[in-house]
Amino acid sequence: MTNRARSEASGELLLPADVLKRLALSDSGFVFDPVTGDSFSANATALSIIRHAQHERDARRIAEALAQEFDVGTAEAERELIEFSGVLRRVVG
Amino acid sequence: MNCSVPRGPLLTVALTGMNARADNPGPGVAVARCLAEQTRHQVRLIGLGYDALEPGLYLDGLFDATYLMPYPAAGEDAFLARLAAVQAAEKIDVLIPCLDAEIPACIALQDRLAAMGIRTFLPDAAQFALRAKDRLAEAAEAAGVAMPETRRVSTPGFFQTCTREGWRYPLVVKGVFYDAVVAYDAAQAVAAYHRIAAQWGHPVLVQQHVPGEKYNLTALGDGTGAMLGAVMMKKRAVTDKGKAWAGVCIHDEVLLDASTRLIAALKWRGPFEVEGVRDRDGAYHLLEINPRFPAWIYFSHGVGRNLPAALLDLVLGHPAPSFPEPRLGSLFIRYAQEVVLPLSAFEAVVTGGGRPQASEIQPEEALS
Repeated sequence: MTNRARSEASGELLLPADVLKRLALSDSGFVFDPVTGDSFSANATALSIIRHAQHERDARRIAEALAQEFDVGTAEAERELIEFSGVLRRVVG
Repeated sequence: MNCSVPRGPLLTVALTGMNARADNPGPGVAVARCLAEQTRHQVRLIGLGYDALEPGLYLDGLFDATYLMPYPAAGEDAFLARLAAVQAAEKIDVLIPCLDAEIPACIALQDRLAAMGIRTFLPDAAQFALRAKDRLAEAAEAAGVAMPETRRVSTPGFFQTCTREGWRYPLVVKGVFYDAVVAYDAAQAVAAYHRIAAQWGHPVLVQQHVPGEKYNLTALGDGTGAMLGAVMMKKRAVTDKGKAWAGVCIHDEVLLDASTRLIAALKWRGPFEVEGVRDRDGAYHLLEINPRFPAWIYFSHGVGRNLPAALLDLVLGHPAPSFPEPRLGSLFIRYAQEVVLPLSAFEAVVTGGGRPQASEIQPEEALS
């Protein structure tokens, strides 16, 4: 089963925790998946979302942390999180 | 040329696979580079090629001497006779065959090679046969590893009627030793069948095509069922023949587990490469097991696991070395370059069958 399928089957917004935790991140925004060998570049917001999601499964708490970090409302941060989670599923899944 | 920090006796290591065409290189030059850059064994390297235009025969910075061999089709006696002549001049301690087609002869001749003082580290004939492309499904089933349906084909008519038996295009048409073509219809499959049969002989194989991303693993089998020093790679760029032009070091437990089970089932002895594809649902399918180091073996040295050096440990009866964790994310990118050589070097290979003490031939000799 793909990561995307696992995530969708579980009904969770985020990719499975083991998948997120294995991603290697650099400060420049370069992201490498050591299992698939895939790599991609993430902007500052995306990188922050991945970093938070590697340690926190609760989407609401991640959105609150993002809101504080980027000085935006929680609702806007939640929208960003939902949109990027879809992108991440396509790229890593 | 002594390429390493002296430790233990000087080992003369002969290896084949000197061909290095950019679209489909042999592994021999890459194995030689691994041995030249390792530090556990003191080695001198002898290159054995089959054609005067194989570039490895002219890499004087790598090989101490190079020789032409008769093609495997000439038979075991011709191979042994030529190797005996090389042995008289070079005192070979270890032979590392790097091409599929010559390995059956090397297996059959193991005892006679040993009597000549030449050590090898190879599977037995039964193990070798079981990983052959036309029998690999048996090994895969024994190991519980999925493999696309594969069949021997003896007539091109199969491709006109195979869809009635449940086959679906695209199909992969494969030679028993080398070559694989993805055919999208019967006409392409028939053309591939004739070309592969003419080039590599029978049987020709057909395999159900599995779309997905290809992954490779190389390691050593110790002969008892253990797999040592696995290095995994995902191709990031390929040649027209599908050979890796760039790759990245990965670690995938699913690929590792499947390969471990295969090698345990085969009790493989020697170097090998597992090729697999991960389909769109994330499941692995075994495509091939190659009975030798792959052409990208220099990458094993690059990620901290020099497998040819470890092979020498096994050949000598030493315990396998401890392997550090491979450097995940390391990337290799291949390139092609020209070797400029004096006419005398080419002449020595064409007329003399080789270049004893190759590094002592000076460029000026060709111009005088």
